[in-house]
Amino acid sequence: MDIPYTVEARPDTGLYNAKVGIWLFLASEVMLFGALFSAYILLRVGAPAGYWPEGWLNVPLGTLNTMVLITSSITTVMAWASLKMHQFGRFKLFHAITLLMALTFLSIKSYEYHDKFTHFEILLKDGRFADGHIIERAPDHIVIHGRIVNDEKALYNLHEKHIQLKEVTIQRSQIKSMERYGPWHNTYCALYFTLTGLHALHVIGGAIVIGFLWGPGSKLWETDPERFTNRVEVSGLFWHFVDLVWIFLFPVLYLL
Amino acid sequence: MEIKSPAQTGSAVAEASHEDFTEFKQHVHRYLFVFYALLFGTLATVGASYIPWGNHEINIGVALFIAVCKGSLVACYFMHLISERRLIYGILMFTAFFFLGLMFLTLSAYLNFPLDTVTPYGH
Repeated sequence: MDIPYTVEARPDTGLYNAKVGIWLFLASEVMLFGALFSAYILLRVGAPAGYWPEGWLNVPLGTLNTMVLITSSITTVMAWASLKMHQFGRFKLFHAITLLMALTFLSIKSYEYHDKFTHFEILLKDGRFADGHIIERAPDHIVIHGRIVNDEKALYNLHEKHIQLKEVTIQRSQIKSMERYGPWHNTYCALYFTLTGLHALHVIGGAIVIGFLWGPGSKLWETDPERFTNRVEVSGLFWHFVDLVWIFLFPVLYLL
Repeated sequence: MEIKSPAQTGSAVAEASHEDFTEFKQHVHRYLFVFYALLFGTLATVGASYIPWGNHEINIGVALFIAVCKGSLVACYFMHLISERRLIYGILMFTAFFFLGLMFLTLSAYLNFPLDTVTPYGH
């Protein structure tokens, strides 16, 4: 038995079923990310003055990643348009670029995550704070590339012009506690990893589907081109949504 | 837009395919324009965030305004919302209603924030 309305429009909706389905799914996704954005707003406006991080993320890398996703969006829509124009070879080319862009995005994001997981805030026994990336570990001391401050509040605003990072040697006997900049570090980090992690999972999921349609799934073009084109359109709608979410995540997390 | 099988031949089909081709050529030009606008918007967002407007709320407003413009371009042109069926608009209106409700609830929760709340920082 064939699945109905995979190509022809259903009389009552005027659309093929998968299109209605993907839009309903995207509606639920809007609420999922909306809930996280609202959590961000509430926690940010409720944060004590001076205790919301500024300049913690690498803006050039974030900008590059935004452009990478935008590029992947246009190649996705061009892949679909190529099928509409019966240019299967161009479809393969555009979707190959989409997959490459997805991989680039995830690679840059992994680099940023790695940077955070190797970044430490170290509370010293004299009450001061050391902050930076560990570049040497010895039995009795560690060396970080960073700085030492008297007040933890000084670590929150990295937009200050006078910040100078250098190699600092800290005796292990001086250390009271150490903590990586992971999701557990503070509210901002928790939100950053939750929002970008969930988004990255969407990128991975979308890339798997696009990869299938680019590879083994593309055989459908030979037997049912209209149905294949519709599949590409539906996967493209999901991919554009992923791009759309990042368009809001980027300024909220990196710039504001 | 009807799609023809690659195996189909005949003058009628060829004529229709030519029309499709011309129409989608025009679409492609539009997609490219949107692409350049999105790249420009990204650079504008970054640039505007470094402008000292004098009030951080203005920075937030400008960045979100540009993000809304960029998001609208993606939704309208890449996701073809500009020429979509009524049913999709209906689904999205429901979504917008509940999304705005969610944001309003968040705001109202903040407005009811107890004044004597003690934070770990003693503020």
